Amino acid sequence: MLKYIIKRLIWMIPVILGVLCIVFILSEITPGDPVDAVVGYDAPAEVREAMKEEMGLNKPVIVRFIIYVWKIVTRGDLGKSYASGQPVLKELLARFPNTLILTFASIIVALIIAIPLGLISAVKQYSIIDNASMALALFGVSIPQFWFALLTLLVFAVKLKWLPASGIEGFSGWVLPVAMIGIANVGNLARTTRSSMLEVVRQDYIRTARAKGQNEVVVIVIHGLRNALIPVIANVGNTIGVSLGGAIIAESIFSISGVGKYMLDSINQRNWPSVQGGIILLALAFSITMLIMDLLYTLIDPRLKSEFRSKNRIKVKKKTTREAA
Amino acid sequence: MAKLYTPAMAAIDRKRAKHKGPVKQSTPAREAWKRLKRNRLAIVGMVILILLILTAVFADVLAPYEFDEQMLKERNQTPSRAHLMGTDNYGRDILSRVIFGARISLPIGFLSVIIAFAVGGTLGAIAAFNGGKVDNYIMRIMDIFQSIPPMLMAIAIAASLGNGAVNLVLAISISTMPARSRIVRAAILTVKQNDYIESARAMGASSRRQLIKYMLPNAIGTILTSFTFSVATAILTVSSLSYIGLGITAPTPEWGSMLSAGKEFMRQAPHVLIFPGLMIMITVLALNLFGDGLRDALDPRLQ
Repeated sequence: MLKYIIKRLIWMIPVILGVLCIVFILSEITPGDPVDAVVGYDAPAEVREAMKEEMGLNKPVIVRFIIYVWKIVTRGDLGKSYASGQPVLKELLARFPNTLILTFASIIVALIIAIPLGLISAVKQYSIIDNASMALALFGVSIPQFWFALLTLLVFAVKLKWLPASGIEGFSGWVLPVAMIGIANVGNLARTTRSSMLEVVRQDYIRTARAKGQNEVVVIVIHGLRNALIPVIANVGNTIGVSLGGAIIAESIFSISGVGKYMLDSINQRNWPSVQGGIILLALAFSITMLIMDLLYTLIDPRLKSEFRSKNRIKVKKKTTREAA
Repeated sequence: MAKLYTPAMAAIDRKRAKHKGPVKQSTPAREAWKRLKRNRLAIVGMVILILLILTAVFADVLAPYEFDEQMLKERNQTPSRAHLMGTDNYGRDILSRVIFGARISLPIGFLSVIIAFAVGGTLGAIAAFNGGKVDNYIMRIMDIFQSIPPMLMAIAIAASLGNGAVNLVLAISISTMPARSRIVRAAILTVKQNDYIESARAMGASSRRQLIKYMLPNAIGTILTSFTFSVATAILTVSSLSYIGLGITAPTPEWGSMLSAGKEFMRQAPHVLIFPGLMIMITVLALNLFGDGLRDALDPRLQ
């Protein structure tokens, strides 16, 4: 078990380097001279040359990459924003909590709705509730998130004026953005819960529990759901990526000051250090979350636990959260 | 000796008499088609999809107006007889724009998924076929790519490359490539365990022949199903990226960018927000329904 955790932690090093490498390559292929963005197109040649020297653009690519990585790894230095002159990291960290809350609140809300929905659908297979919830699931994965947001905005903010159209002052401001990101996840997670629950109720241990005269609610919830949740938790890993993408768009639609909105604004201003910083921060947050999910997954799945404990290791197909989807 | 005539032979004769012609041989593809035909929702999805493709092909004929024709006296009109879906803030007919929009979302969606599968799928197939170190190296590289969520990756690539259809295709295909390679890898790995692969190898089939002649045809069902779902996701991504200004920009009538323009006039002309979004949803829904049907038809064990 410990060996796996250590292995998984060490694996983070190439992942982080890989992310930095991808971001660096993207910045290299971006058309336009970064000097223009700092000093302007019409600056005299000496000024441009001095700036180029200061930004280290005269050095070969590989040297610049090493300097870039070194700065980030040792000092967390993501450069300075072209727009404000402030360190990118400081600006990002000020906005990061909102993105984090938005992403995780939407996942938690989705789970709270999806698990009972999937459970009822599985227990009462082919009932009206089952059909309705599966239709909702299909609808949830088919509707464009941003369009759903625009429609709810139109109804609840513009027409009915129940909820604010932008900003997150107070609880009501969070409702629409969380609903927008959650809608796709509810469908996906409810479907997973349903199919996994259907598989579990056919198992022998459920029959055993019933045979010993256990209360049906206990059988379903304690014996059934606990085991059925394992694939659901594996699927939450996927959901995080989707929700993070959704959060970026939600922040832009509802004018929430988060990393996503900051990035999109910076893209429009051609403020590349801020864009790159945002990508790195979100990718890092995503990787760390996935790491936690993977470790959590090994903790809760009894089959994996026994694999690590037993001396003559029975080969169980190991599934990381990402592969399970 | 009496001629042997079993009930099974009688059944074949009856079938022959009924069909008046050679009896069609039953192939897995025909069996799957038979099962697909019985799935009403899948057929609905397929019909909608065919209609959408026809709309894209015959957009010139179908659209009542040019997509960029500005009738400045008729701005922000609600739906009427002359403009079935109303007009936008430049007085352009929304129906015509929505029809022309099919020419953008569908090809970009399909093309980006084809590229993602061609590149990612090949890598996944190589990884699964060789196993061992090759598999490990390829999949670890895919892991690194996947440590950036697909949407974020697409945004990053689209922002670096700039707007335009080609860059959008690149952004979507690169960002989804790792996930597609995993799908093909898993499909090949499942097929690889079968005895007929063992026997092909025993008879000395080359690795290329094993992969192309025996493994791919048997893995194609899984791949085709996931292809359909991938196109649905890709079309959603196209419109989302265009909505945030990173894909197809105005005046090209892309559904997402139409919604983005319509948001400004949400209070005066809410109808502008309805139809382009509805089109995206119908397209994605049709693909998902068809994909669901395809999965059930190609893998009857799942039912």
